[in-house]
Amino acid sequence: MASTMDALSPEAMLTFYRRLYPFKSVYGWLNHDHMPTRQWTHREFAFTLAGDVYVRYKSYNNADELKADVCKLNPSRFEIGPVYSARPRDKKTVRQLTPLQRELVFDIDMTDYDPIRTCCSEANICKKCWKWISAAVKVLDESVREHYGYEQLLWVYSGRRGIHLWISDPEALDLTDAQRKAVVGWMNVVVASGQNEGMKKVNLRAGTKALPPPLQAALDTLLPYFTSIVLEEQDCFGSEKGYEALLEFIPDVKVADSLRKTWSADPTKPSASKWLDLKAEVKAKDRSQRAPLMHAMEDIILHYTYPRIDAEVSKHRNHLLKAPFCIHPKTGRVCVPVDPRGIDSFDPERVPTIGQLLGELDEGMVVEGEESSPDSDVQRTSLAPYVEMMNKYATSLMDLKRKAKQDPDTLAW
Amino acid sequence: MFKSTERKPFQQQDTAIYQASTSSHLQYPHRLNFYDKPPLFDVTIEEFETCALERLRVLAEIESSAARNRTWEESKTAIRAQAEKHLVLKQNSAKYDDLDGQRRKDHLSHFVLRLAFCRSEDLRRRFVKAESTLFKVRYEDDILTDREAFLNSRNFNTIPVLPDEKKKYESQLYSLYYGKNETERKAAFEREKYFKVKWTRVPDLVEKRRVFLNRGWAYVPSQEQSSIIFGEYENQLEKALELTARLLPRLDEDTRLIPILNNLSQGFIAGSSSEWMGENGEGTCGEEIRAEMIDDMSKRHFPMCMKTLHDRLQRDNHLKHFGRLQYGLFLKVLGLSIEEAVAFWRKSFSRITDDKFNKEYRYNIRHSYGLEGKRANYPAKNCLQIMAPGSGEYGCPYKTYNPDNLQSALLSTYSHQGLKAADLPDIMQLVNANSFHTACTRVFEITHSSCGVKKGDGVNGEHVTHPNQYAAHSRELYKATKGAAESEDVAMGP
Repeated sequence: MASTMDALSPEAMLTFYRRLYPFKSVYGWLNHDHMPTRQWTHREFAFTLAGDVYVRYKSYNNADELKADVCKLNPSRFEIGPVYSARPRDKKTVRQLTPLQRELVFDIDMTDYDPIRTCCSEANICKKCWKWISAAVKVLDESVREHYGYEQLLWVYSGRRGIHLWISDPEALDLTDAQRKAVVGWMNVVVASGQNEGMKKVNLRAGTKALPPPLQAALDTLLPYFTSIVLEEQDCFGSEKGYEALLEFIPDVKVADSLRKTWSADPTKPSASKWLDLKAEVKAKDRSQRAPLMHAMEDIILHYTYPRIDAEVSKHRNHLLKAPFCIHPKTGRVCVPVDPRGIDSFDPERVPTIGQLLGELDEGMVVEGEESSPDSDVQRTSLAPYVEMMNKYATSLMDLKRKAKQDPDTLAW
Repeated sequence: MFKSTERKPFQQQDTAIYQASTSSHLQYPHRLNFYDKPPLFDVTIEEFETCALERLRVLAEIESSAARNRTWEESKTAIRAQAEKHLVLKQNSAKYDDLDGQRRKDHLSHFVLRLAFCRSEDLRRRFVKAESTLFKVRYEDDILTDREAFLNSRNFNTIPVLPDEKKKYESQLYSLYYGKNETERKAAFEREKYFKVKWTRVPDLVEKRRVFLNRGWAYVPSQEQSSIIFGEYENQLEKALELTARLLPRLDEDTRLIPILNNLSQGFIAGSSSEWMGENGEGTCGEEIRAEMIDDMSKRHFPMCMKTLHDRLQRDNHLKHFGRLQYGLFLKVLGLSIEEAVAFWRKSFSRITDDKFNKEYRYNIRHSYGLEGKRANYPAKNCLQIMAPGSGEYGCPYKTYNPDNLQSALLSTYSHQGLKAADLPDIMQLVNANSFHTACTRVFEITHSSCGVKKGDGVNGEHVTHPNQYAAHSRELYKATKGAAESEDVAMGP
């Protein structure tokens, strides 16, 4: 059997690109049309080659050209950038190359959860921490649809410990950098505070007022996750360090001190009962003192469960992001599309790896005389449902574009 | 823009092309202007230039307010004062002013500057920023009725939210509604009218979560309406500037305008308001050193090491950490206040965003003034420290430059102060004898001979031991001889 080492060899990558990578589907998804448009021909691709060589500003006339180039250069992965005012490959000869369009993208990575993760750290991920990702997907998916009215969402597993969201609505493609920054500002609650690891709180409310409505809605979604992830599985407050972090949120010094006293006698008391202790303290207060504490509890829930977005990825049109269906260089897993409705049951460990896929190809040897086309190759592997998902999505984008063409008024605003 | 076929005497101007007004007899019924119609009247070449220069003064004040990190209220006061001097624009209620004349000048000067500042992306960006600030100031200062009339004269493509819809989202809308106290807020909310716009038109409100969003629509209360208007203004101006840039090469022009336009944009690039305000007499007040004066001072009073740092800063729009530290402390001791220092560095680092500057540099500048961190009063480096091994590229030029480079650098730096090629052997002999501070002293004597310094006089009878000693004495000498010698020290006085 092929070991993981062999699976990530250049030969294996080449076979993957030649026989399995769904160039046609990716083309349809980016191009929104059967015939190549600017959205494809002026689109930047960037390759990561062996020995950390990074090649930018590549562009292609059609899907076959991309495939030919990928097979020639055999990159360990490639990334997708914006649609420019000219063909990126003419960069040296054109006067100006400005990014015009770009899917609105979000990147959520497990490393941003490291300060509150207790199960694993850094590059590792287990089923327990994936739950945070699924909470994030729920909140973000809902917010993008409800508040911004975007409907063309593609969620892609990043291959190891994160997830990407690509939004392809025509209005989303046209957003300027300032508008993207505004979306990120609206979405962000927990922000990385710079070099010193750790995250800082964002001031969520004006003065002593209640949470703004979008966050109130998010809170309702997140509450069950808070109980099951933070209080039970991760037991985030189950150590001295953990509960000290919790106490930092409490504005009332007396309450914090009394809790610290109780907990320092039994530092490993389960988080759930510590949370109950806090609730009891809050209940004991009279009305006027209770409000800031209630707010603090809401802040805690948001801090521990709200999606942690990598803001820089979303803010600028010219940021590159790894293409779907690439192989993650460390895990060998394919970056497959994910259905947000089934996110709770999604298990990153069951995503096909390149080794597994090539094995599946070898098993069903080609029958004599039968043509071996990439499509039928994919059909024989466990990549098939994911490619099917991408194709469906691309088709819906094409339908949307056709409708918009027939009835331009609907998009006049 | 000024095609002869379209020219009409101003007095007969068709009022319909300006925003039509029901009651006003004025050509320009509103004080505020979106500048969507170009001026189609005859102007003299003098008027063309002077009105643009005057508007430029106001814009310069806006830019320097931003560079000095003034608060919005402080900036407004400063901008208002400058506008009062150069670009008066009265309310409709001012009966005895020549309202049309003022507004015509405002209109014309805006369009002249558009021509001057459409040429590069950087200029366009700065122009839009300054102009929209000016618009905001005027908008906020406008009398309510005037402003209403102006707003009614334009269509901002907003959809009013009907009472039913307002009722439907009442809880969400109300929770985002601002007001002084609960009862007042409630009453004001009942009266409030809402508009619906695509959220992309009010990104600033979205970013701060100040509006209710529903499927891509932002529900904006009329008290936040200004955000839509400012957005619209900026947007239109950006587009218009790009269009002008594309059409400019085809300007039907007889070589009278281009030099004027070049001159105007040059002033804006240099970014120093002293060039624009030269005759105002600002910056004369005693000892205070202003950010705009440093460039001039560096030519006249700085020793070689600091002059080199200054030139490098101007050339690259950047200096590395130790360079900033060394030069910054020198300027501090020279007498540059913290506000001016921040303004100076902000202007010099012209290629980075405000955001980056505030995050990465402001703190260090304040730190060197003892306002942050351990709050130490750091002294400027003396010659020994600058000459010490390890100071690398920021060391003493007499020591670190190779002889050929040093000679050409000396000539190019100091020839305007009277240093001649014949003086070089003398200096180089000192350099070769490793007597760097003596070489520097000799240069001081030569370059200050017009102030009566003779060979052997040194800096007040001493050798150069500190760059600040060099600069301070140089300034004293110039000040002492200024009256008699009619010094060209522009930056020091009018």
